[in-house]
Amino acid sequence: MVRSSLSSALNSCRHLPAFLVLALVPALPAPLLHAQEKPYFVTYSHDLEEPGNLEIESKTALGQPSGSNRYGALASELEYGVTGWWTSEIYLDGQSTGQESTLFTGFRLENRFRPLMREHWINPVLYVEFENITGADKNMLEVVGHDGQGDLAELNADTRHEHEHEAELKLILSSNLKAWNISENFIAEKNLGHEPWEFGYALGAARPLRTLGSGKPCVFCLEKFTAGAEMYGGLGDVASLTLGDTSHYVAPIVGWQLPKGRLSFSTGFGLNSNSLDRVYRIGWASELPQIGTWFRRNGGTR
Amino acid sequence: MIIQNRRALGITGTLIGALLFCAAASSRWDHVPAKDHARMNPLGSRPDSIAAGALIYKENCAQCHKDDAMGDGHKKPGLRTSRIKSATDGDIEWFLRQGDLGHGMPSWSRLPEAQRWQLVAYLRSIQQQ
Repeated sequence: MVRSSLSSALNSCRHLPAFLVLALVPALPAPLLHAQEKPYFVTYSHDLEEPGNLEIESKTALGQPSGSNRYGALASELEYGVTGWWTSEIYLDGQSTGQESTLFTGFRLENRFRPLMREHWINPVLYVEFENITGADKNMLEVVGHDGQGDLAELNADTRHEHEHEAELKLILSSNLKAWNISENFIAEKNLGHEPWEFGYALGAARPLRTLGSGKPCVFCLEKFTAGAEMYGGLGDVASLTLGDTSHYVAPIVGWQLPKGRLSFSTGFGLNSNSLDRVYRIGWASELPQIGTWFRRNGGTR
Repeated sequence: MIIQNRRALGITGTLIGALLFCAAASSRWDHVPAKDHARMNPLGSRPDSIAAGALIYKENCAQCHKDDAMGDGHKKPGLRTSRIKSATDGDIEWFLRQGDLGHGMPSWSRLPEAQRWQLVAYLRSIQQQ
């Protein structure tokens, strides 16, 4: 019994260094700017990364499926603005489940393109992603198909061997109206292992608490806070488009612009019995400005 | 099944190609609509607008255009130019809102409109220095 517990504990710790590395990526020295994007966790707006900037972001999701163990999942993201209309990203995912183990669960490569150069009432963005993750991934960066809390309740020992190679397309529609951002995402995901297309959605709305700049450097000014909500869930698959037999969440969000980064919080409330009761999310994002110039002589001037 | 997948990939590739082709078209601020061109800065008379705009500039613009707004001498242009001096408040606000994505200038529609006008007030003030 003791040997079994010890073995289990050692097994859990085996991946701890990798997980800690993931957790510490956003804490690298010299983040110089706060990140500008909206504080959504699942929804994308049409804000792209500024050209030449590298954003380092972590998104943590904490939850407990019914009848299973608590878990914490971490997605660490590097996002680079290639041009004004193209942003490229890589995510490294991991999770730790109580009484089970800590795992690196894979990576995602994303690209977002703005096809229209002008600002419109509704601004489309095309999103293309490749995922190479295991079945143990619990980050819930999107909900598609028939995803439910049952998937999150399975044991790491079983799901870590399920490899999922998936392509994901999103149509992002986003509007900045007055001080509000309103975004709608339509998601289509395909497991490349001959499984059907699955669909999902995410909706978000957010607004700064004060629109006028106060003109003084401050941390607690109202214009530094953004509040809003997002809603996301699955829509079934090609064989059965449905709002049932999947999960849906509504989540109030708060973002706080700090001098060196952006802190975000959200509590997601499950809307049906397939959903987790609560998902708590915490995010941190910092930007390294104009990293391309670091590698040029004379600081990039010619 | 394979043929279907190839067809789907082909359609997706064509769609992406068409969208990227559209991306080649750009918005230049020579094309400011008359309605925007004629707009006056509603915050221009407020004494705190310049200070607020200076802070917004420092947080969002200085990384490219530099603290002194002289640009980097390469791709990031200076902002103390005759083009900006001769532009109306509405021209500058429109350009901030639209950006010039094809040439690396992001859209600042993400900033609330009031902050864009504060930024316009600041950009106006540095032309006189």
